[in-house]
Parts: sequence; structure tokens; C-alpha cells
Amino acid sequence: MGDTFMLNGKEVEFKKDDTILDAAKRVGVEIPTLCFLKGATPTGACRMCLVEVVGGRALMTACSTPVTKGMEVITDSERVHKARKMNVELLLSSGKHDCIVCEANGCCRLQDLAYFYGIKEPRFTQTPVEELYPVEDVNPFIVRDFSRCILCGRCVQACNEVVVNRAISYGYRGSANKIVTGGDLPYNDSECVFCGQCVEVCPVGALTEKKAKGLGRPWEVEKIRTTCPYCGVGCQQWLHVKDGKIVKVTAVENAEPNQGRLCIKGRFGYDFIYSEDRLKTPLIRENGKFREASWDEALDLVAAKFKDIMEQHGPDAIAGVSCARSINEDSYQMQKLFRATFGTNNIDHCART
Amino acid sequence: MTNSFADFKKAQMIFVIGSNMTEAHPVAATFVKQAAINGAQLIVVDPRRTGLVDFANLHVPIKVGSDIAFLNGVMNVLINEDLYDKKYVESCTVGFEDLKAKVMEYPPERAAEISGVSADTIRDVARRMASVKPAMLMYTLGITEHICGVRNVLSCANMQMLLGNVGFECGGVNPLRGQNNVQGACDMGALPNVFPGYQRVDNPEARAKFAAAWSVEKLPEKPGMMIPQMLDGLLDGKVKGFYVFGENLANTEPDIRHVEKCLSSAEFLVCQDIFPTETTWFAHVILPAAAWSENDGTFTNSERRVNRVRTASKPPGDAKPNWWIFKEIAKRMGQKWKSNSARDIWDKEIAQLTPSMAGIKYARIENDGLQWPVPSEDHAGTSFLHAEGCFTCGLGALTPVDWVPPAEVPDKEYPLTLSTGRRLYHYHTRTQTGRSPGIDDLMGEETADISPIDARDRGILDGEMISVKSRRGEVNVKANVTDRMPEGMVWMAFHFREACANWLTNPAYDPTTQTAEYKACAVRIDKLK
Ligand code: SF4
Ligand code: SF4
Ligand code: FES
Repeated sequence: MGDTFMLNGKEVEFKKDDTILDAAKRVGVEIPTLCFLKGATPTGACRMCLVEVVGGRALMTACSTPVTKGMEVITDSERVHKARKMNVELLLSSGKHDCIVCEANGCCRLQDLAYFYGIKEPRFTQTPVEELYPVEDVNPFIVRDFSRCILCGRCVQACNEVVVNRAISYGYRGSANKIVTGGDLPYNDSECVFCGQCVEVCPVGALTEKKAKGLGRPWEVEKIRTTCPYCGVGCQQWLHVKDGKIVKVTAVENAEPNQGRLCIKGRFGYDFIYSEDRLKTPLIRENGKFREASWDEALDLVAAKFKDIMEQHGPDAIAGVSCARSINEDSYQMQKLFRATFGTNNIDHCART
Repeated sequence: MTNSFADFKKAQMIFVIGSNMTEAHPVAATFVKQAAINGAQLIVVDPRRTGLVDFANLHVPIKVGSDIAFLNGVMNVLINEDLYDKKYVESCTVGFEDLKAKVMEYPPERAAEISGVSADTIRDVARRMASVKPAMLMYTLGITEHICGVRNVLSCANMQMLLGNVGFECGGVNPLRGQNNVQGACDMGALPNVFPGYQRVDNPEARAKFAAAWSVEKLPEKPGMMIPQMLDGLLDGKVKGFYVFGENLANTEPDIRHVEKCLSSAEFLVCQDIFPTETTWFAHVILPAAAWSENDGTFTNSERRVNRVRTASKPPGDAKPNWWIFKEIAKRMGQKWKSNSARDIWDKEIAQLTPSMAGIKYARIENDGLQWPVPSEDHAGTSFLHAEGCFTCGLGALTPVDWVPPAEVPDKEYPLTLSTGRRLYHYHTRTQTGRSPGIDDLMGEETADISPIDARDRGILDGEMISVKSRRGEVNVKANVTDRMPEGMVWMAFHFREACANWLTNPAYDPTTQTAEYKACAVRIDKLK
């Protein structure tokens, strides 16, 4: 057995560089967190993960306190719960949290914690942040509502340490504290590249997706896992689908290869499939114009023409280009059609570009 | 890629050449940036000061198309200063003496003259690369889109083998594939010389196996044509019937004018797509296809991982899955294909016929995909190839290669080099991103990126309209004056039809792969009056 410490009265093993949160998680002891972001340096900003360390005067943040040998940690004492509840109340009072109209209703960490700690109504008077910082949504994708921001800093961590775009940081001092871009400009005049990672990690309704607005509550959507249709990284996505329509795309956490990240195309470039321009019926050219046709007519024509060409000029007079965007099974079928049915190896795709 | 994306974040030494990752592979770039801020060394070799350079320990701005000279120069130093991995070279590779003889022709001074970076920089790169092991090399189309694309790739592999970096976690030679399923289309045999799984068509055993599986008497043995030959074949009448599935050749191939002439000469052109494109204009029949989230299937990413694609919504109107369309044509020509879903096609055909994917079944890739080779159903997949330097085909071949200049180099009349590629916000010919509301708001038009010096010399201000002209065409486009560009170079993308770089690009090809030289042609720029 390696080094151990005491967790709620039980002896528990821990690994080098473990925080209290890491070690507790491994043995299934839940500690609530809010600002903690996997893979980024803990900031200890929200103080939701407070625990008691025997012998210490103040409560400690589990996400940023390293475990030491022999340490005695208590995660569920009266004192701990009271302090955590107090913190939720403070957060609730630091801004506008009218859940009914909030886009994040139903997938809000603060809402969950308030519910868990049985908070009925805010105990402290609310600060009128709305007047201080109006909503910023001049870009096409992301709505920033500072009145709902609890300054947990997850977006700052994600932007700087996970996707490393370094577009946002803490700005201003004291009660005017706010998450800002360089020069406090709107997102589309800043270094921001619209990867949406900050939206993905925001635990409340301060950062939300503009295109998804009003299209479905979290409990109404079905989540379908799929692979991004753009570049060769092959990021894993959740399609949020309501009534047969994709309303939003998020990243699959802890999945290879993207480990919870997406870029602008993967996150916001999904709705081309609903474009009015989509081809909807087979078309046949007649007198220089296209006219609609049935599948039978179009396919009969294609088969007859190719047969004709094969008979007159041999199979090598047919050539085809497959699609590097479409699924494997489609490329397989096309090369099979060329080789087994037409009898030619004239099949290629833009393999090298 | 020989290795996996998961290695990027853990790598200690990263060498990126010809890859504008932060724009073309943004998520891959996040891992490289993370590695860099956590202390890994990062060397970026690129004529432009790309986004990744902001995180690099060393930026090596070589001239467009000088990669081989530069890499030979680095290897010259590795050998002369005794910095290469002798044990690895001896036990895992062949051809060292020939390689040595060749790179001896490229002392750092000569390599410097060709590549435009100093001899000391070349020495510095060699010493740094030898100082950390393993080092990971990544490249993209900056390496392949040249008339010497294949030799560029060999050169990268030579250096990595010389350093003993192939066959280890966080090492290897890693091309980032441009399109979501370009790896898969290759794996599936949408190539003129191989069946699925790279089994050669000129191998009688492979032919017999596939003929039996497909219930046909025989299969053609002569390798077929590649895209440029097909296009030329349309012009000279060798090709009569042309079937284009999902590609917008009229915008993506070099020299649009020529391509359009070829397409309009087709006796019978079938296009199968989700949108009307510049290519479907020339079609005789257009077949409407189901798109990405409208059918089940698989994509294979750059790290050889076969991932699931799932249905989220119905295709519009009468659009049908592509595999169904092919099956229906085969039926009309007298062949009955059994498989009736993508899952059937994979589980019952592809997995059976392709030894390297035999162990991949839909049931196994419900969550994370598997990286081939996966020879059997109890195999967990392969995160990096050539483990410990044991190459699949015996020893790793070191192949000496010589530098050649691009097919078209600047001269008096066309004094600048045009290089092309992709930008962050858009994708290819914008058939998708142009139709995803919002993206055009962020980037609604093409620009020509030029250096402040070239701009000043011609009295061009940022944002002014200029003409960019090559021997093949001319486009009018907004100038984007930026110090990320070196003097003498123009950079454009091919996202917008009117200002598409492919009006200008040179249809000169690598002799082996027929990849066009999108990365270099000669142009002139003039301020529009
Ligand atoms: S969208 Fe991405 S780049 Fe922009 S602020 Fe958010 S995390 Fe940073
Ligand atoms: S989300 Fe971006 S990086 Fe990921 S596969 Fe799609 S295009 Fe590539
Ligand atoms: S989760 Fe530990 S301080 Fe916020």
C-alpha cells in the first residue's frame, strides 16, 4: 500500500500530486465543485468544494489542496455543509438568476446546487449588474449575459489552458469584476476564434449559444453521438436533436480524439443540411435545362448509358471520383460498383489534397 | 499518422512542417499549444508566421518549396556532428550509406542558400532535434501539394528515422488529413491501384479473393487512372462516362478554366451530391444524396480511428443514402448485392475482406472508435505503428532524395509566389460552411494576404482591391496586408468562387501521386485603379 490519508474516518490511499478532490473521487466520495475544470490549473474561485482538514483553522478547497500523508479530511460535516450553502447563496445574490427565462434552465450547475442545499429564495440583496454590463451578442454564435455570470472563471481557464486561444481574462477590480477580451471588446473584434469552448464549460446561463436559443430545453432533446463532418481530426460530437432536427452541437467529454473540444466548424457548422438549396429529387438534363425525374427513371438512364459506353468503348472509358467527405461504406460501394460491375479500376478521390 | 492525437499533448519535442494547424486542424492544434505552454519544445517550419508560431521556441521561415534542401541540410548536420541514432539506424533501417552520400551534397551553407534561412539556424534545428527523444513530426499539405510531394514526405521520414523517432509514443511521422474521411476513402480502396485495405489490384490472389466475395468471374488487373488523367481523358475522348460523387472539381482542381473545359467535354456526366455546385452545372444526371447526419455509417480519422456516424434527421425530399444509389445501379446492370445497410456493408463485407480491419465491428465502436490495424475481435487497436522501430515491411527504408524547385518560379513578369490553403472559418468550396448561418458573417469574402513590404512597394493599403494574376487567370480581391506574410509571397484560399485561388494555380503534378502543386505558382499583384 502506498501513502494514505484519512477521509471521513477511513484510511484511503492517494497518488503523488493528488488533490483532495482527485483522491476522494477515486474512492467514490462526492465533493461538489463549480469552478473546477478538468485539465486546467485549479483556481479555488468558487469555494464550493470546501472540506474540513482536521487541525486547520479555515475550511480548505478540495480542488486545489494537495493531499499529504496522514492528513485527516472530513467532507460532510455540519460545518462544511453550512459553508457550502452560504457560498451558493452568495453566488445567487451576485447577479440575476431568474431561471424561468434563462437558456441554461435545466443544465445549470448553480441551479442544481441551490436545489440540493434547499435554498428557497436569495438571502442577500441582488446587485444590479445588468446596468453595469449589458448583454453582448453582436456576433452570430455566442450570447454573453454578464448579469448571470458568477465569475467562476471556467471560461477563462478553458480559453487559456485547454484550447489555448488566450482571448479572455478577468478584467476590472472589485465589484466591477468581469470576464473580458483584450480591451473589453465584443468577441468578434477580439482574438476570439469562436471555438465555443467557453460556452461549453460555463456552468450557468452567462454564456449560451445564439443559434440554439429557444429551440429546446435540455430535457426535451435527445443526444446522439456522432463524428464531425469537417477535418481529419474526427472530433466526437453530441447532436442535440428535437423533433428530428439538430438544435445544438456539443463535444463528447473524455472521448478520443478531441477530449471535449470542438472548433467553430464542428460546433456551429451543422445546419447546412437544412439549407433550402439541398438537392431533393433526381434531375435529368434536357435541352440544356434540368428537369425533375423519378429515381427509377434516373437510375435506368444512368445504367443504360454506362452499359452503352462499356459496350462501345470498353469499361475503361468510364471513370469515377469518390467522396472524401462521405462515409466509408459509400466509398466501398462505389469502388465495388466500378470494379465488380463496370470492370474498371478508374476510381479515385482527392486522396492527396 | 503513425501516432495518435493523444500523443500531441504529451510530446516533449514537436516539429511542425507545412501545417497551419490552428486554422486547418484547430482541435489538433489545441493539444500542441497545450504541450508548448507546459514546456515542450516546438519548432515550426513554415514560410508564414502561422498561429502556431506564437507558441514556438523556433520559427524557421523557409522559402516555399525548399523543404527537401532544408531537411537534407538538417540531416547533413545530424550525420556530420554525429548526432543521429546509430543503433536505431543500424538495427531498424536500410539505405543509410546512400542517404548519407546524398545529404553530404547539402552542407548547411548550400541548404541555407536554397531555403533562405541561415546555416546556423539549420545547425540549431539539428541540434535541438537530437537533444530530445522521441520527437514528434507533423505535416500537412504544405508538404504534399508540390510536384515533389512524395519526396518531401520521404524526406520527413528520413529525418525521423535517422533520429530514431519512428515507432514510439510521442514520435513518428504524422500527416494531418484535410478531410474528415480522406483516410477512410483511401482505406476503402477508392484508389486506382488498390482494393480495400491496400490490397493491390495487380495481385492475382487479391483479385481472386474479391472476385469470389463479389460473385464475379474476374476483376480488372490494370491499375486505373487518377483524377488529372481522368480530366484529360475527357478532353481527348479516352473517358466517355464520368461519375462524380460529392466532389466539386470545378473549384477544387487547379486551373479552373481547364477543368471546366474537360467537364463540358464529357459524353455522359453523373453527379451525386447534396447541393448543386459549380460541377453539377455540367452534369447530364444529378442524383440527390443523403448528408452526414442523415445516415448511419463510419468515418476514419487521421489517426486511423474508425468512428461511428449516426442518423439525426431525415434527408430532404427524395434524397437517398449513397450506398443505396450504388447498389441500385449495380442491380440495373444485373448484380444483386446483399447488404442493405451501412452496418451490413461494414460487418459483413469490409471487415471480412480487409485483414487490418477484421476486428472492427459496429458493436465494438458504439463509443470511442478503434484504430486500425485491428486484426481480430479481441485486439484493442493500434495507437502507434512500427512499435520499437519494427517496420511492417521489415526494415525502414531510408531513401535519398534531391531538391527540385517548384514547377513555376517567380520571374520578372510574375515576381511573387502564390501559395494556397484553407482558413479557419470556412471549409473548401463553402458548399457547407457557406450554408451554415453565421459563418459568412464572420468571414464573408476572400482576401489575398501579402507582406507589408510588397504592399508598400506597390502603394497598396490594407483592404484595398488588387488584382492577382498568373499565366492561367486573374482575380480581383481585397488585400490583407499582414506581417505574418514574408516578402515575395501571396497567400489565398479557395473558399469563394469569384476570388478562388484555383483560377490561378498551376496544374503541375507530382509524378507518382498526381497531386497538384497548389502551394506554389508565380503571380503578379497590382493595385486596382
Ligand atoms: S469562443 Fe473560444 S476563443 Fe472565443 S472566448 Fe470562448 S473559448 Fe476563447
Ligand atoms: S470540430 Fe473542428 S477540429 Fe474537430 S473534426 Fe471538426 S473541423 Fe476538425
Ligand atoms: S471547485 Fe474548488 S474552488 Fe471551485
